[in-house]
Formats: sequence, C-alpha cells, structure tokens
Amino acid sequence: MTRFHVVIAGGGNAGLCAAITAASAGATVCVIEAAPKGWRGGNTRHTRNMRVAHDEGNGILTGPYPVEEYMEDLLRVTAGNTNQELATITLERSKELWDYLAEQGVHYQPSLGGTLSLGRTNAFFLGGGRSMLNALYRTAESLGVVIHYDAKVTSLDIQDGVFNSATVTHGWQSDSPEESTIEGRAFIAAAGGFEANIEWLKEAWGTAAENFLIRGTPYNRGEVLRQLLDAGVASVGDSKQCHAVAIDGRAPKFDGGIVTRLDCVPFGVVLNAHGQRFYDEGEDFWPKRYAIWGRLVAAQPDQVGHVIIDSKSIDLFMPSVFPPLKADTLEELAQLTGLPADAMVQTIDAFNHACQGANFDHTEYDDCHTVGIEPAKTHWARPIDKPPFYAYTLRPGITFTYLGVKIDSNARMIMANGRNSGNLYAAGEIMAGNVLGQGYLAGIGMTIGSVFGRIAGESAANAVLN
Amino acid sequence: MGVCNACRYCEGLCAVFPAMELRRQLSGPDVDYLANLCHSCGACYFDCQYAEPHEFAIGVPTVLADLREESYARYAWPGFLAPLFERNGLWVALITAFSVTVFVLGFILFSNPGVLFASGSEEGAFYRAMPHNTMAGLFGSVFLYSIIAMVLSVRKFWRASESQGSASWRSIWQATRDAAKLRNLEGGGMGCMHKSETPSNARRVAHHFTFYGFLLCLASTSTATVMHYLFGVQAPYPWWSPTVILGVLGGIGLILGPIGLLGVKKGSHSALRPVSGSGMDVAFLVMLLATSVTGLLLLFFRATPAMGILLAIHLGVVFALFLTMPYGKFVHGLYRYVSLVRHAHEQAGDKQ
Repeated sequence: MTRFHVVIAGGGNAGLCAAITAASAGATVCVIEAAPKGWRGGNTRHTRNMRVAHDEGNGILTGPYPVEEYMEDLLRVTAGNTNQELATITLERSKELWDYLAEQGVHYQPSLGGTLSLGRTNAFFLGGGRSMLNALYRTAESLGVVIHYDAKVTSLDIQDGVFNSATVTHGWQSDSPEESTIEGRAFIAAAGGFEANIEWLKEAWGTAAENFLIRGTPYNRGEVLRQLLDAGVASVGDSKQCHAVAIDGRAPKFDGGIVTRLDCVPFGVVLNAHGQRFYDEGEDFWPKRYAIWGRLVAAQPDQVGHVIIDSKSIDLFMPSVFPPLKADTLEELAQLTGLPADAMVQTIDAFNHACQGANFDHTEYDDCHTVGIEPAKTHWARPIDKPPFYAYTLRPGITFTYLGVKIDSNARMIMANGRNSGNLYAAGEIMAGNVLGQGYLAGIGMTIGSVFGRIAGESAANAVLN
Repeated sequence: MGVCNACRYCEGLCAVFPAMELRRQLSGPDVDYLANLCHSCGACYFDCQYAEPHEFAIGVPTVLADLREESYARYAWPGFLAPLFERNGLWVALITAFSVTVFVLGFILFSNPGVLFASGSEEGAFYRAMPHNTMAGLFGSVFLYSIIAMVLSVRKFWRASESQGSASWRSIWQATRDAAKLRNLEGGGMGCMHKSETPSNARRVAHHFTFYGFLLCLASTSTATVMHYLFGVQAPYPWWSPTVILGVLGGIGLILGPIGLLGVKKGSHSALRPVSGSGMDVAFLVMLLATSVTGLLLLFFRATPAMGILLAIHLGVVFALFLTMPYGKFVHGLYRYVSLVRHAHEQAGDKQ
C-alpha cells in the first residue's frame, strides 16, 4: 500500500498539468498511466496545437484572438450546447496557457504547412504533441511526481462520493501482472474517453462500429469513466455520440493519427459500395466538412466510401501516406476498388454531364457546380475525364467520445443525486463534454485539458493541504 | 518519408523537414542532400508519434545516418578509392601506423640515427631532424592532393542534384552562420537529444571545441608559414609567438572536443547511429586527438631528447590525417556545409 496526497489516473496533457500544478503546490502526486512508456500520453501524442485566446499576436500567433471571438466560435460549433460558466472559464484561462506551458519546457513553432488558417488562433507545439508531452513529463519528474507506466486502474474505492484508494494492476498486459493499492486524499480522473472500446461503441452504433478505425490511442477504453459512473457520479454529454471523421480506409486500426487524413473529397466524387454518390462533396471546404463525412460514411453499406478523382486534381491536396489506386480507365479502376463497374461508370458519366461553370478555384467557393443530379455537387465540380484516374478509400475514424463526468467550476465532480463529490476531480477528455456538448473546434480539446488539468490540480492540492 | 510529408509535425525542428516538403518525390541525389543536411540531433525521433513501438516504425535519424555514410563513398574522388569508406576505421588505423613508421624510419635512414633522440628548442632545431624543404614539399603535396580530392568530391555532390541558378552570397553567408552556430543541432530550440528525450548541450559544446580547435590549429600552421617565408624565422617558435599560442589553444580544443564527442558517441541512443559499423566517426576523432596530443607533447618536451621521436610521430600522424581527410569522416563537414548552402538557396527562392 502506498499513499499520496493526489492520485491521478491518466498521463496525458490534462493529467500532467494536474500533476505539475498539485506537485508545485506541495502535494505528493502519483500518476497511473495505462500505456507503457513508449505509448504514454493518450491522445496528446497525436495532437499538435492548442487553441488559446490572446489579445495580441506574439510573433508566432499571427494576430489577436479575443475571448469573445473564441466564444462565438465555440457557440457556433456546439450550437449552444455548452455549460456557459465552464466554457467562460476555459476560454478566459486559455489566455494563461502559452506562458504556463512555456514555463514547463514546451516550445512553440509557427503554424505548419497546410494549416495557415490556424496560425492566428492556435499555438503549435514545436515537434508536435509528443514533444510537448516529453517536456511535461520531464517537469513532472523533476517535481517528484511518481509515474507508473503500464498500470491500469482496475477498481476505485469510492464511498458516497469520497475516494479512498485505487486498485492498480501493474504490467497488466504482461504474463505476470501485479496488483497494488494506492491510497490518496484526492483523485483526479484524466483518463480520456472510451473511443478505443469497440464493445462500448457498438452499444450506440451496432455492428457498424466493428468497421470503425480509431485515430488515437488504443488505451482510451473508458474504464475509469465507467467506474466513476457506477460509483454514482453524474454524467454529461450524449452517450451515443462520438467525433467521427472520414479518414483513409487503409489506416491502422489504432493510432493512425494525423497521416491518415485525406483531403481529396472536394476534388472528386464519393461513391458507396454500390457505386452511387450519397452527399454533396463540394458543400464546403474540407476542414469544415471532414467531421460530417465520418458519419456519412458510417451510414453507408460496409461503412466505406470511395473517392474518385482524375489527374487534374492529384497534386492539389496534401499527399496522403497511402498511395491511391491508379488506372487508365474507369473500368479498370472499378476492378481495383472492387466497385461494380457499370454502376460506377454510369454515376460518373451522369456527374460529368451535369458539371457547369468554368472558373475552377479550390481556394474559394467557385462557380463549378452540377445541374440536374441528386445529390448535387455545389462547388469544385469538374468532369472526371482526364486519365489516369485515382481512387482513395474512406472509413469513419473515431477521434473522441462526448460522454463524460459532470463537474463544477473547481473541476470537482458532481454526483448523480446533485450533490458535490467529496474529493473527486476530473480534467481533459473525460470531462470535455461539459464544454463541448457537440461538434468540435480544432485545438480546443487540448485547451480544456490544460485549463481543467490546472484547475483540478489546484483544487485537489488546496483541499488536501489546507 | 511518405509519413513525414503527411504529418509535418517536425517542420520546425531543423532544415531537413522544410527541404523534404519541397520534394514530393525523392530521387537519389535529393536523398543524399537530405541525409547530409541532417545533423543527427535526434529531436525528430523522440518527438515522433510514429517511431517505434508504432507499427510505422519511423526512424528518420537512423535512416539518414546510414544514407549519409553511403553518400560519402558515392562522391569520393577518385571513385576507385570509395571502398575506403567501408571499414573506414581499419583503413585509417593502417594508414596512420604506416605513416608513423615511415617517418621514424625516414629520420633514421635519411639523416643520422642520432636525430631521433636529439633535443632542441633553438631556431631551426626541427629542420636538423628533417630538412625544411623536404618537410614543406611532402606536406605541401599531400595537403594539395587532399584539397583537390575534396574540391572534386564536393563539386560532384553539388552538381548531382538540380538547383535553380547558382547560390548567392547571401545563401553562403546564411549557411556559414548556421554551420558556425550548429543551429540545426538544437532540435529547433530545445537542444540536441543524442541520448534520450531529455535534451543536452554536451554534443554541441564538444563539437564547437573540436571545430574551433581545428580552425585554431589551422591558423597556427598558417602563421608559421608566414613567419618562415615572410620573416625568415624558423621553427620551433617561442612560447609567445602566435603560432604557439594559437596551436596550444587549438590543441586543447582538439583534446577536449574529441574526448567529449567520443563520450557522447558512446552514450548515444541507437536510433541516432548508423546500422553499418564503418567506425569512421571514431577513427576521425582518434586522429584529431592523436594530432593534438602529439603536437602538445612535442611542444612540452622539445627541449628534451624525446624531441626527435615526438616530431617523427607527430609528423606521421599529421601526414596520415591529411592523406585520409578526403576518405573519412572529415568530409561530413564539407557535404553538410554545401547542403546548408543549398538549403538557404532554395528557401530564399521559395519565398520570392
């Protein structure tokens, strides 16, 4: 049996911000990380930036991003489905994060190639999320935080909303796992969502979930979340919703991360397994549509889509990590992709004849659209007629889930009976649903993680030290 | 590299990634260029979400380290000497041993055997052991040969990959500053991660000692030439002469630097090391160390009977160093500098 002031489940951005804050305040802190060291940090390892409010640009951030504008953006993407008080705290305190993280050893860089639109609003970590994590781990270790890798919280001893101890299985993936009990005077849950738990996803999506790809860590299985809900903590967010985006269908089952994105949809047509189109590919710019396409593809037979483009467009988007299938005729391409050739050729012929407009410009809403077909393609519609032809596969890629624990402004969990918990706190994806009821805003997940990581660390340390 | 081009998180770490992004397809000479642009700071390995244990197993510094060693052989002049880069450590050791032996025997055979145990710090003492014209002629020609071999190698390297127009003075100046500061060994600002994900400045500092030590030694030799030919003063030179002061400072740099680099190398992470075991790094560092140690020993013991033999050994080592320069790790500096020039050039062109 070991004893700490603060026990934290999860060693990602939120957990480490909490650990660093609590340890800096003088608390003894232990972090239980389910992944081995090489995989540490949950989905933070796949991130690259954080959306932060600021009144002036700073040389790297290219201009001001006031809290008011940030709030407008948040209200727009969530359609108002947010806890206003917690949202205000998140955005207000996001102003402190640039300097705070820099003090913990995190470096920044100008926005990366292909992401210029985020250069004003988002702070990009030099070297990406894993580099950021390395810095946070270094700082946490230097403050004496004890970190257990490859350690899983198998059960939580919580009585009437008061945490006593956690049973932890060390080396849980090995042949000789060992159990230990870690006592704490406060518990911070920063263990992410349940997006890697296919069984849980199937509760909402049925067997279709078996064809989902998980973009991030396989360690976000939602076990801590389930234990907290079972212990009577109030939930927040739609249990059936997850953030699903359309990604390259050849991505690995887990941890494919950023390189599996595919930006080519607006340049061609997307066919389902029957060779039919099913949605307007040119409705809006891809960064504003990729999240919708995850659901669209999930609703198609076999949860798959095929993007067909021709040689006019092949160099207009970021190169994908997986090369496209390539053929000189549509019939050959149909064979390569396994699509019914007749249906595919017919769909593309109809599409080609429906294309109108001559001023193609993929950087603005141009006048290239279709007339007389359903569904229409409203922008960037050009006939697919210049061989060679290319095909990419789309699958739904799950980024995160919305279900979480309900918290107050001190990051303290609220029980299902409406009362405050005794010493339970939460930070990061496991409570992001309080702020992000639906939708997503690039980089806000990390903001919520750092802001509430710090708040949870402060609150827990205050409670146990005073 | 497909993964890197689709990810781009490392864009700010060093020159390699912006250079990679300019090329959708990488051809042979472009790969050699990127390999030599890489300073092997390791940041992109420890920051990489796709490095092992990820199934993509991306290891940019490892791949580039191997390609870099291969590229040295590819551009060697004359081409038939390229195999010297394989098992480089062995070749350098053999050549050095041979060279030192020849100098010692030469002292015995061509002057009287007594000079080997002669002492002397008075003017002209060295040249009683070996006539000045012989020494100058011998070292002048090996130096000239090395320069020619290296110039031709670098020319081949520069011409191998296409560039738009010739490099401007501005690009050359930019590359010179980058090289002088080892800017690309900083991992974008965090520091070099030669050992683990915890950055350290040890490698950069040790390299600075080595590099600037080498330059000071070069300056020392140059002042000696000036003293000899312009002022007619013969070696050995007094303690206060620029030759000795620069030589001692340079020698100290060339002792501390290589020892530091050997230490760093020993503790370096396997992801930063080439898979092939040519031994060229260690060979070159040991040669530099041998040069400085024998040089300083000669300085300290030149008034004793050890002068003759120390002079023979020092000259043997220096001769071997010059001779092996175009066929050893020394060339890394040349190709890297040229790559930095190309990088500055294409980045400037990119912005126009």
